[in-house]
Amino acid sequence: MDALSRYEPIVEDYEAFLSACERPLPSVVRVNTIKATVERAERGLIEAGIELDPVEWHPHLFRLPTDQPGANWPYSHGWIHGQEEVSAIPATVLDPEPGERVWDATAAPGSKTTQLAARMDDRGLLVATDSNLGRLSALRSNTERLGVTNVAVTNEDARNHSLKPFGGEPYDKVLVDVPCSCEGTIRKNPDTLEEWSLGHVTGIADVQKAILERAIQTTREGGTVVYSTCTFAPEENEAVLDYALQAEDCRLVEFELPLMYRDGVTEWQGERFDPQVERAKRIYPHHNDTGGFFVAKLEVLG
Amino acid sequence: MSENVSHQFDRLPATEGERDVESRPTREAIVSFWVDRFGVDPETFESDTFWERGNGKIWVFAEDVETPVDIEALGMSFMRTRQEHWKPTTEAVQRFGDRATRNIIHLDREAAERFLAGEDQQLEWDGDWGYLIVTHDIAGDTEPIGVGLYVHGELRSQIPKGRRREFGGE
Repeated sequence: MDALSRYEPIVEDYEAFLSACERPLPSVVRVNTIKATVERAERGLIEAGIELDPVEWHPHLFRLPTDQPGANWPYSHGWIHGQEEVSAIPATVLDPEPGERVWDATAAPGSKTTQLAARMDDRGLLVATDSNLGRLSALRSNTERLGVTNVAVTNEDARNHSLKPFGGEPYDKVLVDVPCSCEGTIRKNPDTLEEWSLGHVTGIADVQKAILERAIQTTREGGTVVYSTCTFAPEENEAVLDYALQAEDCRLVEFELPLMYRDGVTEWQGERFDPQVERAKRIYPHHNDTGGFFVAKLEVLG
Repeated sequence: MSENVSHQFDRLPATEGERDVESRPTREAIVSFWVDRFGVDPETFESDTFWERGNGKIWVFAEDVETPVDIEALGMSFMRTRQEHWKPTTEAVQRFGDRATRNIIHLDREAAERFLAGEDQQLEWDGDWGYLIVTHDIAGDTEPIGVGLYVHGELRSQIPKGRRREFGGE
């Protein structure tokens, strides 16, 4: 937990924040609307003797008291997918429509990819990219179980993503849910912070900047890019957005989020960011009893 | 005639007349299989494209891209056509099997659990032998689970190892 002490100046009620970080997270499933309605999936889970509580802010999410979302009929039919509550945020912010061209830049293991496909009603082009072949195999098994037919999967570094296999046309919408230091997943993985170092944070921030840049370059004028992480570090959040605002023709836009959140921070350890970063949202574990998360929505101008 | 190139996806030719790889099935033949064998309405696949990667491994994709394309996956694995008897994948049956009207074997809960666990079982069936769509009742309706091979009074589960589950008497 020592690694978190650097956030004391930016987190209100820091003690409540710390104690939330020490509590385990409930298991959450998302209903896969490609294969079942919410009502049928809910009925299937109840028939299987599984208790469930709806998640207020998202009609497709349920909390389960047991930690085994894989051993029941609804799972085997591909009606449900285990997914952390906050991990369902970025696809709702990107809000892709059926028929659009969408890129999931760092897609494995595919929770958000399959959620994007469901929001697209499995229609339109959804390109899912990851640099790690092993993690792509997990993504593939998720897209298959969930019955996704509109996904095209590429194994490449998102920083060098090629539009060539897809006719060279830019995307309408891109999700950039980057690899990060994962501080916000501490409730799920208590070991997350054991190997924390500032060097790792700044190193991964360089990768994040390059991926976000490529995402903006491959999106059409007027298109949308959503940037998200599961970490608190401003180096990986507002500083990455600040870099993109300077390097590329884009702006941050306001958006609705039916969860308690705090605005992006405009200043961190003496560094000032573009005031637009305030439009990003920080989700802290003690506010909604979830993992930690960061999300921002960009409009591409050029 | 060209050769099948195993690592890339090639769009299936619409008809025999357009075919340039000898062993490659046509789109027409794939759709006809689902219509003839399972009674699926051919309009089900109207906006889909079909692709081959590797000999006889057929994929279904909701969109279209230029052929050939060398990427990791395109849509969902759909069928195997290398053997004499064509075989739908578990994924395809779960996704499209609810449109089937024949060659469907309906199991009670206990038999369904054995099928999902990968077990073969002796069952009465007076229809065609061969690949059947296996269904059961769940949450107020019938739902396809996967593919079974029915021969000699036995239903052989074709659920792939990674998707088998045992619920331990739930």
